[in-house]
Amino acid sequence: MVANLASAPPEPTGLGDSYRPLAGQFDEMRTSDGGLRPHWQYLIDALRELGSEGIDSRWQEARRLVRDNGVTYNVYGDPQGMSRPWELDPLPLLIRGEEWAGLERGLIQRAELLNAILLDLYGPRSLIDKGLLPPELIDGFPGYLLPCHGAPAPGDRPLVLYAADLTRDASGAWRVIGDRTQIPSGSGYALENRVVLSRVMPSLFRDSHVHRLAGFYRSVRRAMTRIAPRHSDHARVAVLTPGPRNEAYFEHAYLANYLGFNLVQGSDLSVRDGALWLRTLGRLERIDALMRRVDDVNCDPLELKENSLLGVPGMLQAVRAGNLGIANALGSGVLEHPGLMAFLPALCEQLLGEALVLPHLQTWWCGQREARDFVIANLDNLVIKPAGSPAGQRCLFGAKLDAEQRDELIAAIRREPHRYVAQEEVQPSTAPAYINGMLEPRPFVLRSFLVSEQEGYAVMPGGLSRIALDTDTPMISNQLGGLGKDTWVLASEPERQETLIVTADANAPAVVPAVVQESEVSSRVADNLFWIGRYAERAEGLVRLLRIVIIQITERSSLAAEADADCCLHLLLAALTHQSQTFPGFVGEGAADLLAQPVPEVLSLISDQKRAGALPQTLQALGQAAWSVRERLSNDTWRVTNDIERRQRLLTQAPPRGLGRALDLLDPLITSLVAFSALTHENMTHNEGWHFLEAGRRLERGLHTASLLRSTLVSVSPDQGESILVEAVLGVTDSLITYRRRYQAGTRVGAMLDLVLQDEANPRSLAYQIARLSELIDEMPGNSLSTRRTPAQRTLMRVMTELRLAELDLLARPSEGGRRRDALDALLASVETSISALSDAVTAQYFRHEEQPHHLIGQRSEAEALRGALPVTPLAANPAGSLR
Amino acid sequence: MRYQITHQTRYGYGGPVSLCHSIAHLKPRETPNQRCKLANLRINPWPSVVREHRDFFGNRVSYFSVQQSHLQLEITATAEVEVWAPALPEPAATQPWEKMRTQLQDSVGAEVASARLFTLPSPAAPLDPLAAEYARESFMPERPLLEAALDLVSRIYRDFEYDAASTTVATPLAEVLQLRRGVCQDFAHLAVSALRGLGLPARYVSGYLETLPPPGQPKLRGADASHAWLAIYCPEAIHTGGWVDLDPTNDCAITDQYITTAIGRDYQDVTPLRGVFYGGGEHSLAVSVDVDRLEHN
Repeated sequence: MVANLASAPPEPTGLGDSYRPLAGQFDEMRTSDGGLRPHWQYLIDALRELGSEGIDSRWQEARRLVRDNGVTYNVYGDPQGMSRPWELDPLPLLIRGEEWAGLERGLIQRAELLNAILLDLYGPRSLIDKGLLPPELIDGFPGYLLPCHGAPAPGDRPLVLYAADLTRDASGAWRVIGDRTQIPSGSGYALENRVVLSRVMPSLFRDSHVHRLAGFYRSVRRAMTRIAPRHSDHARVAVLTPGPRNEAYFEHAYLANYLGFNLVQGSDLSVRDGALWLRTLGRLERIDALMRRVDDVNCDPLELKENSLLGVPGMLQAVRAGNLGIANALGSGVLEHPGLMAFLPALCEQLLGEALVLPHLQTWWCGQREARDFVIANLDNLVIKPAGSPAGQRCLFGAKLDAEQRDELIAAIRREPHRYVAQEEVQPSTAPAYINGMLEPRPFVLRSFLVSEQEGYAVMPGGLSRIALDTDTPMISNQLGGLGKDTWVLASEPERQETLIVTADANAPAVVPAVVQESEVSSRVADNLFWIGRYAERAEGLVRLLRIVIIQITERSSLAAEADADCCLHLLLAALTHQSQTFPGFVGEGAADLLAQPVPEVLSLISDQKRAGALPQTLQALGQAAWSVRERLSNDTWRVTNDIERRQRLLTQAPPRGLGRALDLLDPLITSLVAFSALTHENMTHNEGWHFLEAGRRLERGLHTASLLRSTLVSVSPDQGESILVEAVLGVTDSLITYRRRYQAGTRVGAMLDLVLQDEANPRSLAYQIARLSELIDEMPGNSLSTRRTPAQRTLMRVMTELRLAELDLLARPSEGGRRRDALDALLASVETSISALSDAVTAQYFRHEEQPHHLIGQRSEAEALRGALPVTPLAANPAGSLR
Repeated sequence: MRYQITHQTRYGYGGPVSLCHSIAHLKPRETPNQRCKLANLRINPWPSVVREHRDFFGNRVSYFSVQQSHLQLEITATAEVEVWAPALPEPAATQPWEKMRTQLQDSVGAEVASARLFTLPSPAAPLDPLAAEYARESFMPERPLLEAALDLVSRIYRDFEYDAASTTVATPLAEVLQLRRGVCQDFAHLAVSALRGLGLPARYVSGYLETLPPPGQPKLRGADASHAWLAIYCPEAIHTGGWVDLDPTNDCAITDQYITTAIGRDYQDVTPLRGVFYGGGEHSLAVSVDVDRLEHN
């Protein structure tokens, strides 16, 4: 809409005044003489209006959204490890619609071409037989997987998803610098960048008439259904991830969620009856199509890489049997051979009958004599890329080699020429990035995404731009650090707003049936949900107890060390050790010293990261379990999870030195934990998975309520102490208000036991947990219809009966000698044992992980040397004579 | 010559196996001098899925999966095969080996393309400069290709000792070269790697060899074994598809006593039986092979 401004626009002030393109490089925003390209005018004007403060606040907001949504890109060896936030530049890359249309044509042609090559290489191999591709190029490349030869490709489109890395040369022409055909990743980050940016700059986004992305993902969903052998809306599609430790796990979970596919790992799956199945709780669910995020060679330890634990034995057989579609087809990594580019122009003429539209890097494959001679003679101007094994070998820049390295490289090229590819060195074009409050030119690479359609390919109108933080970085990789950038393709007309859920077709049904039945929960997911429930509750219980203990310690000093209060405090401290399982602590060896000086031990339980059972480890375990089932948690829940993680870091990075500060940190943590529980209760469908989360929570609460009562009330304290103690226990169990309303006559053990032990209507009571657990366990798969009760059900019945039949007077009354309540001790001990047994029973029944697959030992050919046993004379004596 | 081959493999497990997937290269392929009249795979316990396909090299691959709990798995492959002694070119009359190599690089076509594939290193027969150096002594400049190849095979036969205890299925080539001992599989890999080191196409062949008892003694049951040798590309061998099979373990070109099961780049492409199983714990393997001559009719 602003592209037709003919006269030179007035220059914005501030912000981009000092912005100058780098010499010799094309810049997206300014021409080489410093003029602003017209399609940036609107954005720059809007930014100027916002002012640097406005931009800063939007940028902060964007960072917050990225953090809250848990967008991460794991960088190996990074101390932040599992969850380093994805860095987003607040400035989008702008591309004019007309220019994009040209680029699109080139990309579609390239995808068609690569797909045709893939079909031929795993089929007739006519390109090799005709001499259009040398066999050494393909057969010597480890990405060409011989076992995949001849496997069917549904719809003749083995290349379902494709991504191309693009940059511009100095003249501004787009060029492909890399093809991604194995696992074309990044589209999830592109989507997230868009979501964030359109939220922090809503009006700018709306008025810029940016092409929407939702249509592309609808195409992805259609494409995945299309490759499913059982074409129908009921085809079940899953995203196969290497797991939570993978660098791009966020994206795997994000895409699975957005597309409505199940997120699975290899260990969740098995091949039976020639098809792929997901092991859910007590059932097997057929998987018809896989979007794999695991490298093809790791997908099937039966026929591909033997020692891979990420795949499923027999997967290739399921494909061969026509029971499974995979995107991209196993073996598609062969197209990532960098040397292939040298042959594409000729192949395009041959296969598509037209000239290659989109140019790529000039490429020389050393397997050809003339190319090899050229490369060796021009080493200084070239980048040398080894093709294939040994893996991990990096690109070499000819100009940066010393004489010895140079000779070494030349010798290696001469030894195995087919393994070396040379490409021209490119200066990527630059785009403005927001750095330290100013716009500065930085090299960028645009990754563009395509997906197969019934006819041809669809291009995502946009993409993932990544910029290097330094001006002279030759390679841009997320592994090495960089900024993500949204990419706006500017339409001439505004587009209707779309989401994935609302269908564009007016005649389509209002509700699109979910591809995945969302109740399907694999054992692994159920296991993680169960532990999320347990850890969340464990953390909350521990924080509540810590809070009461801190208050007691603080008040004691003001009460000048009263003996009764002391006794009460000691029991609470003992409860702390029991509950956190941090023995010896306040109960074992050296307890006397710790009880006299409890503060350091209490602080250690709050902030010691290395201590098992202490608060930070419990919170960390909660975070890890949540991360493992990221796709099951709503964005709001995830925001709270991030909040909890941040509070945990606060505790460990600047450990509180005093109790007052500790209390300040614990209070908001309680709020976050309660919010987490409320969200999982209110915002998750109460399906199979949720039952496990809830059961975990009830089980843990039951366990620590029993433990708390047992460590505080079994010993009989002096009168005054006992009422402080009862109040403390009521505080920990959050039952103080109810208690005061119900029992106005002071604080008594019997009344408290009524409320905290036996009252089935009090959601904090022991009896309530057991009653809820019974309901939950009854509804778990395999329990509801069975005529015989499972061990878990029997355990719960027994505990429930014990609790109901227990006589409060008897429990509250001290035994002979007056020092202990033996009946209470016996009851609580029995309850604790039963709840632990229940956890084991649930684990045995549902989370029993299938054994690891093993390989059969190999047999070798060892026919003995015959040494004359042959009836014919050995040929050695006179080979020429006897061979005719 | 006609043979009946019985190749029995028995796995015993320490604990129950709930699921097992296997891939077998046990059914003999056809070759220019071999017809396979009958090939059967009997699996016990009964497999839920059995499928067969041709692999990249045209070998017959059987896939099966046993989905019922089992403590023992028995695979019996039987085949009836007719073999003719291959007609071979006169070794001294074959073209110089360098000439063949140049020709191969400069021409196109399906046969050439599939031969060139076998000049490349493969996982179990990697390039080894020592192996290539070893081959050079036989491949003197301008020497006829087949003559040089036969000489190489003879030298391996003389220089290396057959010793079943010295290597395993996983022993790398470099170690075999150093030990100067091994079994047929090692010798075949050595020759393959040595020839490829000179830029010559060479492939690995797995199969069987008929053995005869010492005169006057009966043949023992189950005493045979699977065998391995190699083939070298030799365009003059027009009756055998351009390939000549040589056996370094016995220092000869193959005869009608050699039965071919499968061909590949190396052992890993044609492993007789490989598999993945769930459960089971420790397991053991027992193999017996019989190659019986059938009467002419």
